[in-house]
Amino acid sequence: MTPSPSRVPLIEVEHLTMRFGGLIAIDDVSFAAHQRAITAIIGPNGAGKTTVFNCITGFYKPTAGRLTLRGGGEFLLERMRGHEIGQKARVARTFQNIRLFPGMTVLENLMVAQHNKLMRASGWSILGLLGVASFQRAEAAAVELARLWLERIGLTGDADRPAGELPYGAQRRLEIARAMCTEPVLLCLDEPAAGLNPRESAELNQLLVSIRDRDGIGVLLIEHDMSVVMNISDHIVVLDYGRKIAEGVPLAVRNDPAVIRAYLGTDDEAIDG
Amino acid sequence: MSPRLPLMLKDAGLTAFVAAALGIFIVGFRTVDTGGGKGLSFDYHLVDLAVAVVVIFIGRLGLSLAANGQRWPAIVLGGAMMAAGASPMKLPSGFLHWFVAMGGVLLVIRAVWPWANDAMGAAARTPSGVALGKAGAKWFGWLLLAGAVLMPVMPFADQKTMDLGVLILTYVMLGWGLNIVVGLAGLLDLGYVAFYAVGAYAYALLSTQYGLGFWTVLPLAGMMAALFGIVLGFPVLRLRGDYLAIVTLGFGEIIRLVLLNWFDLTNGPAGIGSIPGPTLFGAVFAETPPAGKQTVSEMLGIAFDGNHRLIFLYYIILGLALVTNLFTQRMRRLPVGRAWEALREDETACKALGINPTNTKLTAFAIGAMFAGFAGSFFAAKQRFISPESFVFIESAIILAIVVLGGMGSQIGVVLAAVLLIGLPEWFRDLGNYRMLAFGLAMVLIMVFRPRGLVSHREPSIRLHPAGLGGGG
Repeated sequence: MTPSPSRVPLIEVEHLTMRFGGLIAIDDVSFAAHQRAITAIIGPNGAGKTTVFNCITGFYKPTAGRLTLRGGGEFLLERMRGHEIGQKARVARTFQNIRLFPGMTVLENLMVAQHNKLMRASGWSILGLLGVASFQRAEAAAVELARLWLERIGLTGDADRPAGELPYGAQRRLEIARAMCTEPVLLCLDEPAAGLNPRESAELNQLLVSIRDRDGIGVLLIEHDMSVVMNISDHIVVLDYGRKIAEGVPLAVRNDPAVIRAYLGTDDEAIDG
Repeated sequence: MSPRLPLMLKDAGLTAFVAAALGIFIVGFRTVDTGGGKGLSFDYHLVDLAVAVVVIFIGRLGLSLAANGQRWPAIVLGGAMMAAGASPMKLPSGFLHWFVAMGGVLLVIRAVWPWANDAMGAAARTPSGVALGKAGAKWFGWLLLAGAVLMPVMPFADQKTMDLGVLILTYVMLGWGLNIVVGLAGLLDLGYVAFYAVGAYAYALLSTQYGLGFWTVLPLAGMMAALFGIVLGFPVLRLRGDYLAIVTLGFGEIIRLVLLNWFDLTNGPAGIGSIPGPTLFGAVFAETPPAGKQTVSEMLGIAFDGNHRLIFLYYIILGLALVTNLFTQRMRRLPVGRAWEALREDETACKALGINPTNTKLTAFAIGAMFAGFAGSFFAAKQRFISPESFVFIESAIILAIVVLGGMGSQIGVVLAAVLLIGLPEWFRDLGNYRMLAFGLAMVLIMVFRPRGLVSHREPSIRLHPAGLGGGG
């Protein structure tokens, strides 16, 4: 189900370039991702995948290029400050090495994700200090959303445990749920299947498909696990040495000679040694 | 006898030898000016050294025995040391008595510790133990509060005790204020005393120059300190960890130096004197009323007693501290409080969730500063005289030590740590110069036995399941 080209993309990455001193990490990469679709970014180690994510989510300022997000308004992400991208443009992300709040409980992790909404409801803490009913309603609604997500990731029973005590696979799922509790229009997942066993990996596939189909948001996915990528992606972008070398539906990408060369090396290189 | 005994004896002998070699230059003799320009002569303290070396030998042997599970011999050795320390036997100095006795106490504690630990662990696992632990955790705070409220009417509450009570409560309040910054938001602030100074000078200047009363200035002083917190925080809160600590340390010193050198405003090192004390409904605490004022004893129709003022001060600081505590407890359950804790855990993740780290840190910094400002104006009203000397770095360090030893973020832990850190040096005044040694020992012991602070338990700010049901509550 490749999105038709006529649809307006959710995020459009145009001529994105990122230089660190003399090193060109991303070189003139353009692609688009759509709503209600999973777009995977793959490539060998050091291809610049996480750098693309860091540019989209505001952790890096791109050297050049334009990142346009069209969801509940039009945002030029490269011009926004780090936290504004989550707050206003509603782009959420997870991290390659899980970044939960380990000392806080599972439920608290999901409540922190709804910070901006709750801050407004608590009148920047003033109404909250007074215990106004409208804030209590907003908080109850936030707990309800968190409970919903806990059910979807199967952690309802662990809600009051410190997040750091959860097993690895559960922490991965919790991080995705936390990102979803920000009610994003675009979810960026950085290697969500890393370190998962095949069963957990299959559960993750289901979760991501349900996020696409039920919540209808766009998902950007960096992944090395081909069983995840090939099964659930609608569109794949392949990077190598910071350049885009291929793009298309999974089947086309899998058979693309440039992709095979990037992953397995070329005959020339083998001869040159 | 254990086959390890020769090894242990050898180890203890080695320890004693090292102690003797080090101690001979420190304890063994000191140089005395013989006077009349004839030069120096030695004053030998070899008996002191010998006693210390013997104690170290026995202590080390006892520790090895205890570590090898031979508790009874260790307890006997410890008991002997305690008896020797407490006996009327004439040792060269009073300190040696303490040294021997405390060594014995520590040895016995070390020997009994595994038993006590096992017994407590087993007791805590029985259903009644679990219930008791829950009830204890719940009621302990209330018990402490009841004790604090009733303290002034207790028979032992003489002037000295009340003074100490006021001092401890001041540090409890400062600890609770700093707990917001360090314990919740995770911002290492080494210059907290600067805001305390701002509050104190705000009250001192406004009351002596403009004749404003304590209750009028109290909120102003808090706001002033919060403003300083924001002004300082805005540029520096981008820094993390150690860098922030260094900058706040510098800020603390800058404030002190400004107070010291801005002579026209602060009267420099001479300080500000005759600061009026707090009033009760406009009445002052004094034997004879100043012009146009009424004394409290006149107002209430009771005989004048110098202690009334102290009791009044005690209740003011108790009230201020409780306000700090309630406010913090409440903030912790609000989104901003959760964001503080989240920032402490992982700032990068917070940014990804759309939380503005600068604003969130700034609120923590400003609120913490505000409470220091309240405490500062109370301090000025209590002392009636302030000078920059009261706001040196060691004060920041003590407040920080209270927060860290209490257990970061724990409210009740701050109380325990303040009692321990402020109370201990006062109670151990009999030890003279060695009291700081006892203080240091207490800190080391806490860090060894409770590395995460006295109270390391963290109560979640919100629960899905009521406490005690499921979820490992």
